[in-house]
Amino acid sequence: MTSFLSYLINGISLGSVYAIIALGYTMVYGIAKMLNFAHGDVIMVGAYITFLAMTAAGMPPVLAVILSMILCTVLGITIERIAYKPLRNSASNLAVLITAIGVSYFLQNVALLIFGANTKSFSSVVVYEGFQLADGEINVSGVTLVTILACIIIMSVLTWFVNKTKAGQAMRAVSEDKGAAQLMGINVNGTIALTFAIGSGLAAVAGVLLCSAYPSLNPYTGSMPGIKAFVAAVFGGIGSIPGAMIGGILLGVIEILSKAYISSQLSDAIVFAVLIIVLLVKPTGILGKKIQEKV
Amino acid sequence: MKKLFLNKNTKDTTITLTGVIFVCLIVQLWMSFGSMSSLLKGLMVPLCVYTIMAVSLNLTVGILGELSLGHAGFMCVGAFTGAFFSKCTDGVLPDGIRFLCAILIGAVFATLFGFIIGIPVLRLKGDYLAIVTLAFCEIIKNIVNALYIGRDENGFHFTMKDSLSLGLSEQGEVIINGAQGISGTPNDSSFVIGAVLLVITLFIILNLVNSRSGRAIMAIRDNSIAAESVGLNLTKYKLMAFSISAGLAGVAGVLYAHNLSTLTALPKNFGYNMSINILVFVVLGGIGNIRGSIIATIILTLLPELLRGLNDYRMLMYAVVLIAVMLFNYSEKAKDFKEKLGFMTRKKFHAKEDK
Amino acid sequence: MALLNVEHLSISFGGLRAVDNFSISIEKGQLYGLIGPNGAGKTTVFNLLTGVYKPNEGHIVLDGQNITGQKTIDINKAGIARTFQNIRLFKDLSVLDNVKVGLHNLYTYSTFTGIFRLPKYRKVEKEMNEKAMELLKVFDLDGEAELLAANLPYGKQRKLEIARALATNPKLLLLDEPAAGMNPNETKELMDTIRFVRDHFDMTILLIEHDMKLVSGICEELTVLNFGKVLCQGKTSEVLNNPEVITAYLGE
Repeated sequence: MTSFLSYLINGISLGSVYAIIALGYTMVYGIAKMLNFAHGDVIMVGAYITFLAMTAAGMPPVLAVILSMILCTVLGITIERIAYKPLRNSASNLAVLITAIGVSYFLQNVALLIFGANTKSFSSVVVYEGFQLADGEINVSGVTLVTILACIIIMSVLTWFVNKTKAGQAMRAVSEDKGAAQLMGINVNGTIALTFAIGSGLAAVAGVLLCSAYPSLNPYTGSMPGIKAFVAAVFGGIGSIPGAMIGGILLGVIEILSKAYISSQLSDAIVFAVLIIVLLVKPTGILGKKIQEKV
Repeated sequence: MKKLFLNKNTKDTTITLTGVIFVCLIVQLWMSFGSMSSLLKGLMVPLCVYTIMAVSLNLTVGILGELSLGHAGFMCVGAFTGAFFSKCTDGVLPDGIRFLCAILIGAVFATLFGFIIGIPVLRLKGDYLAIVTLAFCEIIKNIVNALYIGRDENGFHFTMKDSLSLGLSEQGEVIINGAQGISGTPNDSSFVIGAVLLVITLFIILNLVNSRSGRAIMAIRDNSIAAESVGLNLTKYKLMAFSISAGLAGVAGVLYAHNLSTLTALPKNFGYNMSINILVFVVLGGIGNIRGSIIATIILTLLPELLRGLNDYRMLMYAVVLIAVMLFNYSEKAKDFKEKLGFMTRKKFHAKEDK
Repeated sequence: MALLNVEHLSISFGGLRAVDNFSISIEKGQLYGLIGPNGAGKTTVFNLLTGVYKPNEGHIVLDGQNITGQKTIDINKAGIARTFQNIRLFKDLSVLDNVKVGLHNLYTYSTFTGIFRLPKYRKVEKEMNEKAMELLKVFDLDGEAELLAANLPYGKQRKLEIARALATNPKLLLLDEPAAGMNPNETKELMDTIRFVRDHFDMTILLIEHDMKLVSGICEELTVLNFGKVLCQGKTSEVLNNPEVITAYLGE
C-alpha cells in the first residue's frame, strides 16, 4: 500500500510535468489549429538555458529559471513569426505541421552543435530536500512537491487568465472564430503570438522541472515527453485547459504505475493503448467538444 | 474521343513507370561499370525502401486524404515478420524463393495489421486519427522490443520477459532477442530487387488510383457525405486504401530488414521519427502526386549525404531547407510564384476542410 | 400505388421537433415541390428520406419497399438519389469521374481486376465512359468532361450534381434548392432541364425551392412546411393561393 502511494505520488509529479507541456500544446492547438511539433524542443532549450545560467554564469536557481522563461518566450514568438505566421492562411494544415517538424529538427541540431551529443547531468533547481510520510516509508522529494505545486499554480492562473482577463477573452474568441474575432476588432496576430509566448514560457518551466526530476539533458530530451504531452492533450480533449491537466496527470500516473506493476518496457505501449481506447469511446477526448458536420 | 480518357491515365502511368525503370537501369549500369562511391552504393537500397514508403504513404495521405503518422509501424511489422521467416528457413529454402516468400509474408502481415488497426482508426478524423496512428506505431515498436522468440527441437518458444525465460534447450537458438532484435538475417536485398519492388508498388498504386476503387477512394476524400449519397461504402474503401498502403510499407520493411545484419526496432527506424520523415517526403513532393513523392524522396535522402562536406552542419542545413521549402511552397506571399512553378503541388490537401 | 409514401415522419433534436408528423405521397413521374420559409425543416426531410438522420417516428416506403431507418448507401441502392443545398462535388476529380463515381454500383469489376488491368477492366471502363458521356451530354457538360469539377462555373456545378445523382439510376430524385444562386436566365434553363430529365428518364422528382417562379412553373403538386409541420398540401395553383401559405411567407 505504501509503495502504491509513493508510485502514485511519483505518477502525479510526472503527470504534472506532462500537464504543463500539454497546456502549451492545447492552447496553441485551440487557437492556431496546428500541431506544434517543435514544442517538445522548446522544453529542451529551456532546460539548456537554465543549465548554462546555473553552471556557467553561477546564477541562483530562481533567477536562472526566470531567465530561461524569458528567453523561451522570445524564442516561441520568434518561431511563430518566422515559420508559422506566413502559413496561417494556407489551405493546407499539413504544410504547417511539416514546418513545425522542420523547426523541431532545427532546434535539435542547433543544440547538438552548441552542446554536443553528450548527455549533461542536470542538477536540480530545487534545494529543499523534501519530507517523509508514514514513518519514512513514503519519500516525497522536494522536486516532486515543487512540480505538483507549480502545476496547480500554473493551472489556476491560466484558468483565471483565460476566463477573466481581456486578453484571455480575446484568445477564446480567436479560437472560436478567427474571422469574426477580427471583425470585432481583436488583434488576431497579437493574440496568437501571445498564446505562443505563454506556451513557450510554460515549456521552459516544464523543461526545468523535468530535468530536475530526471537529470539527464541532451538535444533529444524534449522529443518523447513532447509527444507524450501531446498525447495527454488529445487524451483530455485538445483545446481544453482542464482537459490538458486531467490528461497529463492521468498519463503520468498510468505510466508510472504500469512501469511499477506490469512492465517497464511496455509502459509506453500501455500509455498509448489507453489513449486509443479513450479516443474510440470518446472520439474528441475526455473534455473535448463534439463537432458534427451539417448536411 | 471516348477512347482518349482511357488512354490518358494509362499513358500517365506508363510514363511514370518507364521513367522509373529507365533511371533504375542507369543507376544499375553506373553501379556495375561506373565509379559510384561505396557511400552512394550503400544508399541505393535504403533509397528504394524510402521511396516505396513515401509512395505507399501517399496512398493514405494524398489519395485517401487521412493523415497517418504511423506508417513506420507497418514497415516494422513487415521487417520483423519477413526477417523472422528468413531466419527460420535459412538453409531450408533456396535463397530466391525464401526471399520471395519473406516479401509476401511481410506484405500479408502488414496488410493484416493495417486492416485490424484501420477498423478503429478510420472512424476518427483529422488530427485525432493522426495521433492514434502514431500511438499504434509506438505500440508496435514497443512490443517488438519486448518480444523474445526462440526455437529448439521442441518447436517455438515465446515470452515477453527475457531470453532466459524462453527455456530453450542446448541446441535452441534465440530468433528475436527483445531489444537486440534479429541478427544474422540473410543479406538478400539488392538494388535490383529494390527497384523491381518499387516498380511493382508504383504499378499497384497508379493502377488502383485509375480504377473504379481508386475513384471511390478519392471521392470519399473529396466529400464523404456526397460519396455516401451515391452509394459508396465508406468503411470498405477507406480500409482498402489503408491496408494496401500498410501492406506496401510491409514490403519496404522486408527489403529494409534484409539489407542489415542486425535488425532492431529503434525510434530512429521504426518510431514516429521515421513516419514523420516519410511524411515530409510526401508533403514536399506534393500531396497526392506520386511522381512528386519519388522525386522528393530521392532529393531529400541524397541531400544530407551530398552535404556531408559540411559535417556537423548538414542536419541543420536540412532543417533550414525544409522550413524554407515549406514557406516557399505554401505561404501566401509565395503563392503567385507557386502557381507559376506549380508542377510539384498539383493537388491540395483537404481532408479536414470541407467548404 | 404511390412511388414514395411517407407517413407520420418525426424527428427531434434536443427537444426541438424539427420535423413533426410529416406525410407525403408522390406518384411515379410526378414533379413535386417542397416549399416553406427558412428553417421550416425542408432539408431535414431530405436528410430523413436519405438516411442521414434516423426518424424518431413514422415510416418511409419507396416503391413498396420499407426503407425507414436504413443507411444512406442502402437507400441509394433502393433508389433515392439527391443533390445538396451547398454543392458537394468531388472537387479534385474530373467532371467525367464525378459521374463515373455515380455509376459505381451499376458497373462493377473487382479491385484486383482494376489493379492488374484484366480484360474486364477495359470493357467495363469503356461502358462507363459511354454512359457517363451520355449523361453529361444531357446537361451540356460533355465539352468540360476532363475539367476538374472545382473549376466548373457555379451553374454547371449544380447541373453536374444532378447528373451524378442520375448516374446512380434512381427511382426518385431529390433536388435541394437547385436554382439557388442562379440568375433568371439560368433558372429558366434549369427548369427546362428538370422537365427534360423527368420526361427523358421517366423520373420522379421531389425538389426544395425558394424561387416561386420555378416552383409554379414546373411543380404539379406542392407541400408547404412551416415550423416542421405540414401547413398545406395539394395542387400547385391551389396551394399558392391558400391564405395560410401567404401568411407563413409574408408574416401577419
